[in-house]
Amino acid sequence: MTAAAFYDLEGTLVSTNLVHTLAFYGRNQPNLLRSVTKSAATLLSLPLFAVSDQYSRKVFNDLFFKRYKGETEDRMRFFAADLFEEVLKPAVYPGAFELIEKSRSLGLRQVAVTGALDVSVKPLMQYLGIDDYVANRLEFVKGVATGRLLPPVLASATKASWIRTFAEREEINLSESFAYSDSMSDLPMLSIVGHPAAVNPDLRLRQTALHHDWPILNLK
Amino acid sequence: MALQLRRKTHESIVYIDSDSAPRIMPSGEDFILEDLPVGTRVLYPNPPLNGLPNREAAIRYALNHPLGCDPLFAQLEPGMKVTIAVDDISLPLPPMAIPDIRQTMLEIVVDMLAGHGVDDVHIIIANSLHRKMTAWEMKRMAGQRIFDEFYPDRYYNHDAEWKEGLIKIGETRHKEPLVLNRRCAESDLLIYCNINFVPMDGGHKSVAVGLCDYESLRAHHEPQTIRDSDSYMDPAKSELANKCVRLGKIVDKELNVFHIETSINNRMYKGDMDFLLKNEDDFTAIDRVKFEAMRYTMSKLPRTARRKLLHSRPSQYEMTACFAGKTEPVHEKILEKAFQQYLIPVRGQCDILITGIPDISPYNVYSILNPLLVQVMGLGYHFNFYRNKPLLKKGGVMIIHHPCYDQFDHNHHPSYIEFFNRLLPESRDAFYLREKYEREFANNPSYVEMYRRGNAYHGAHPFFMWYWGENGRQHVGKVIAAGAENAHVPAILGWERADNLTEAVAMARNYMGNSAEITMLHQPMIGIADME
Repeated sequence: MTAAAFYDLEGTLVSTNLVHTLAFYGRNQPNLLRSVTKSAATLLSLPLFAVSDQYSRKVFNDLFFKRYKGETEDRMRFFAADLFEEVLKPAVYPGAFELIEKSRSLGLRQVAVTGALDVSVKPLMQYLGIDDYVANRLEFVKGVATGRLLPPVLASATKASWIRTFAEREEINLSESFAYSDSMSDLPMLSIVGHPAAVNPDLRLRQTALHHDWPILNLK
Repeated sequence: MALQLRRKTHESIVYIDSDSAPRIMPSGEDFILEDLPVGTRVLYPNPPLNGLPNREAAIRYALNHPLGCDPLFAQLEPGMKVTIAVDDISLPLPPMAIPDIRQTMLEIVVDMLAGHGVDDVHIIIANSLHRKMTAWEMKRMAGQRIFDEFYPDRYYNHDAEWKEGLIKIGETRHKEPLVLNRRCAESDLLIYCNINFVPMDGGHKSVAVGLCDYESLRAHHEPQTIRDSDSYMDPAKSELANKCVRLGKIVDKELNVFHIETSINNRMYKGDMDFLLKNEDDFTAIDRVKFEAMRYTMSKLPRTARRKLLHSRPSQYEMTACFAGKTEPVHEKILEKAFQQYLIPVRGQCDILITGIPDISPYNVYSILNPLLVQVMGLGYHFNFYRNKPLLKKGGVMIIHHPCYDQFDHNHHPSYIEFFNRLLPESRDAFYLREKYEREFANNPSYVEMYRRGNAYHGAHPFFMWYWGENGRQHVGKVIAAGAENAHVPAILGWERADNLTEAVAMARNYMGNSAEITMLHQPMIGIADME
């Protein structure tokens, strides 16, 4: 049986979060007026996003991904390469490469489990050399985003549940596996592996990691 | 013990009589007063040797009159590539009052290099698998001028996990690999600035251990080598030193090393804390006031504050000698000076050895003395401070005084936590632990990252700490943790516990007999029992 290293992405391996991606798409609209409107809407929503994220990741997702309503799939895919070059690539933490490289040298499967959008993370996964990943997927009807996510929506407990299913299918020993995250919302994912670690953690996760004697990494 | 042995044989040996004063013992962050049984032999550190009045002059003299090679200035040419390696924060203990001797050495060497047109200079801390020093610690050690000029691009910590930064330079005929810091290995000249704190330090260990990688280190940091060292504080009978010499021969063959070694006296404290090094029978009224004032202050503070307070007190060591040149002749001279300071002639082994464990160790500078470190101080360092034969008889009882709190520093000692809680309950067999788990810990990506990018000890370091106590573990019949505030820490370490020293002595006598001879090491002390 093999083992794996499961990574959260945003805040863990890269310094950006979901809002950076939304802001990028917001400012790359077909015309200037829409770009300004979308960017302003993103900016004004920040407090709402912050509060809802503290309250519940599910509520946050419901509110957040509504902002993509009306975006066309081809446009999002077209800009994915630019998003990677301009936003995501410079945001990769210096220590992320070392961590992944060390894990890979031990023969661990490299798996990213992220709440970000699949179209935006694909180039990043190739860049980091992560073969297996799962991300959230927007629902498109006739090529236009509805603002909803297709199930399973990856957040909190669903990440853990996806990892369990994946491990069963791929015959991965979770007791010998590693998981890395920066956020308290990923506590379930961290709890189901034998070697959890908090990476650049927020205050709540730091306290939890200290309480459980988990390693605390700083990849910045 | 025969009465004749109880006669005062040396100024550092005191026998407890019915009217003797109680003795001060460190126990973690506390200092306690204990009445010892009549007849107990107490070993104090030797009086400090006089420090050199002008250490800059002594260092310059050593550089200009080296042993076994040309003077440093004669080896310098414009445009050459030079690396200066320095010992890390693990010595001396506690960190010394500024200016650190390393600062003086660095300033003199750097000025000399600049004066000879040598611009390609890097300063590397030879921390091996120890934690990397913080910027603040590096500045404190090297001084503002060196720090501003070199940090961070040309003054940094050795990284034993940076593959591109390492290079294999050879292998001994015993198949021990030697992988060293690439910058050091590829320099035209490597200058090593050392402080010899205990006889185990310095010599070939400086380069071959301080600048190596994990695979090189594990060849000699292993239980059998420690068992074969009698003791590792006596280089002549230390298998560890023997292996370092083997590796050092390769270093001498492949690298051009100019070694600067210094020895220091044992004046750990002076002024308000100098009474800790004195015989309590000779205390003046002022000494008693100082002790009571310290005890009162400490009693009002929480443990963390007590620890901070103790760690904020720098040591007051003075340099007693400096030699430079080729590693072996230099080290021989420095060892001579070190033994002059540390050797205490002792007649007769004891049945019960008492030692308080102070909050001072090479591995917890500005940090917590966790249970594994308590173990390494007791069964490792304090037990091994001997020459010829152990101070304690085979099968005797060692009483250590420490609260044995279950606390670990998450930044400095993350892998210690897993080692202590997961591995030790499974086995305390050093060979089994090495075989089954050492590589797993060494390669754990989280621990590797915490070592490389943070200030954590390497993932394999707790194993070395456990091996370090191997001699003591094999030799003693029993360890009693006096003053331990919980039962589980001593139990996990394989020790018994007692509420206090009186109870521990009673337990030990119950085991060794009522006529058991007792010896106490008066801590904090750096001293080697030179056994007849």
